[in-house]
Amino acid sequence: MPKELWKGNEAIAEAAVRAGLEAYFGYPITPQTEVLEYLSRRMPELGRAFVQAESELGAVNMVYGAACTGVRVMSSSSSPGVSLMMEGLSYIAGTEVPAVLVNVMRGGPGLGNIAPAQSDYNQAVHGGGHGDYPRIVLAPASVQEAIDLTVLSFDLAEKYRMITMLILDGAIGQMMEPAEMPEMKPVHRQDFDWATNATMGKRERRLLTSIYLNPLDEEQTNLRLLNRWKEVQANEVRYKEYFIDDAEIVIVGFGTAGRVALSAVRTAREQGIKVGLLRPITVSPFPTERLSQLTGQARAFLVTEMNMGQMLDDVQLTVRGRVPVEFYGRPGGVVPFPDEILNEIKRINSAPTAGHTDARDAWLTRMTAQV
Amino acid sequence: MQKEIIIAGFGGQGVLFGGQVLAYAAMDTGKDVTWIPSYGPEMRGGTANCTVVIADHEIGSPLVKNPPLAIALNLPSFDKYESLLAAGGTLIVNQSMVDRSAQRNDIHVIMVPCNEIAEEIGDKKLMNMVAMGALLSALPEVSVKDVEKALEGHLPARHKHLLPKNYEALKRGFEHAQKEWDKVPA
Repeated sequence: MPKELWKGNEAIAEAAVRAGLEAYFGYPITPQTEVLEYLSRRMPELGRAFVQAESELGAVNMVYGAACTGVRVMSSSSSPGVSLMMEGLSYIAGTEVPAVLVNVMRGGPGLGNIAPAQSDYNQAVHGGGHGDYPRIVLAPASVQEAIDLTVLSFDLAEKYRMITMLILDGAIGQMMEPAEMPEMKPVHRQDFDWATNATMGKRERRLLTSIYLNPLDEEQTNLRLLNRWKEVQANEVRYKEYFIDDAEIVIVGFGTAGRVALSAVRTAREQGIKVGLLRPITVSPFPTERLSQLTGQARAFLVTEMNMGQMLDDVQLTVRGRVPVEFYGRPGGVVPFPDEILNEIKRINSAPTAGHTDARDAWLTRMTAQV
Repeated sequence: MQKEIIIAGFGGQGVLFGGQVLAYAAMDTGKDVTWIPSYGPEMRGGTANCTVVIADHEIGSPLVKNPPLAIALNLPSFDKYESLLAAGGTLIVNQSMVDRSAQRNDIHVIMVPCNEIAEEIGDKKLMNMVAMGALLSALPEVSVKDVEKALEGHLPARHKHLLPKNYEALKRGFEHAQKEWDKVPA
């Protein structure tokens, strides 16, 4: 297919349609609304289900119901709306049904603002709903990647019977880039052996539930989820590297923060600084193994995020003090410019870091002096 | 090669569409390109802007602090981007909407009476294409022909009858800017 100029949000919507999305339930919220708006036109055109629910609570529970029947289903929202969905997400996880949720993140907490942010990393990767459950989280950094990962998210959700989230910030949702859409696939409803999709009197009844009143049964369920997660960790880690071969300073950044860092890396390279970029595409599962390998090569890591240092904790857990880790973040809906990250690269390059200072504390001190 | 362009003006002046046409032209000639709008509440009645980045490699940041190229279609945008423009850069200013001359002397400021030229062509809405034509005089990576083709290829069918006037607007803007460049001492 030839490349077309696609807006991130609309590209995600069309990619989902082409991946066989049969039902969408959502509620408008900036900077995500174009996903819903696009599908409100496109889904009825194809005779598929579109519902603008009464709220995000309604939407996520409609997703839950549809997911139990084994159809491809998704919702999308932005930070405050995703918070409302967390109870439903936990039920979906506990019931072990596949569902896709897109979070086009904005500045927070609370009502916050509608500017691009990565403030929901922890909610998506570590927290959110209650209970012990793993989930897959994909972080596109371009419109093309948003398309590809939307398609992948349905496959992963079904393969592992697991929630798959796409987290992107408002910038990727709103921007246009040339991108190639996949071919339109006919809806292929898989005959899952767990789906409650009507027996038609031809088979045994099935039961889907997240209730395990006997703690030993719940424990078995938790362990089953963890074993499945081990497979995800072994098979589904994805990342992209730039200028990494001889890099002595390695930046770790995802989504927009990652691509802004790429601009800084290019300029630093022109100035002879050996710096590279590791951009996680799956933030859950995290590229732990690769990052761990890089501790043998890098003399410092710089984590860049559009938050107060959420992925930073995962990097530090992996690096385990073997190499100094530094942090640069812009929270609240501020997108860093490349020169800010370039300044950090130069600082680290010229003055070896102590390594025993807390990365977030050191950043906060520098920010306080600056702002 | 990488070039960043900011187009700014009032909502309704065709700021976002102008940027998209430029993005299409860049894409159709095989370049990587990003287009990103200001999408905040300022869209509703206030100033609007978009940033277009054109490159021959994978584009990093879609936003730029000090662009080498900008179009200011109104006075608030002139005030804002005259100070933000990178030294040596070029700022295309819609002269019809500003009441002052340039203050910086380390950038090129090209004044174009976009509204008047558009009205001469017969449609004041073409003002953004006049400015676009002027911009192309400082952006050799994209030609007037490339933008014409982009308009032809991507303008909705119901607007196809407007193509000749759009071409005229691009040409007039480009020519006006060329004359301004001729006045710049070598």
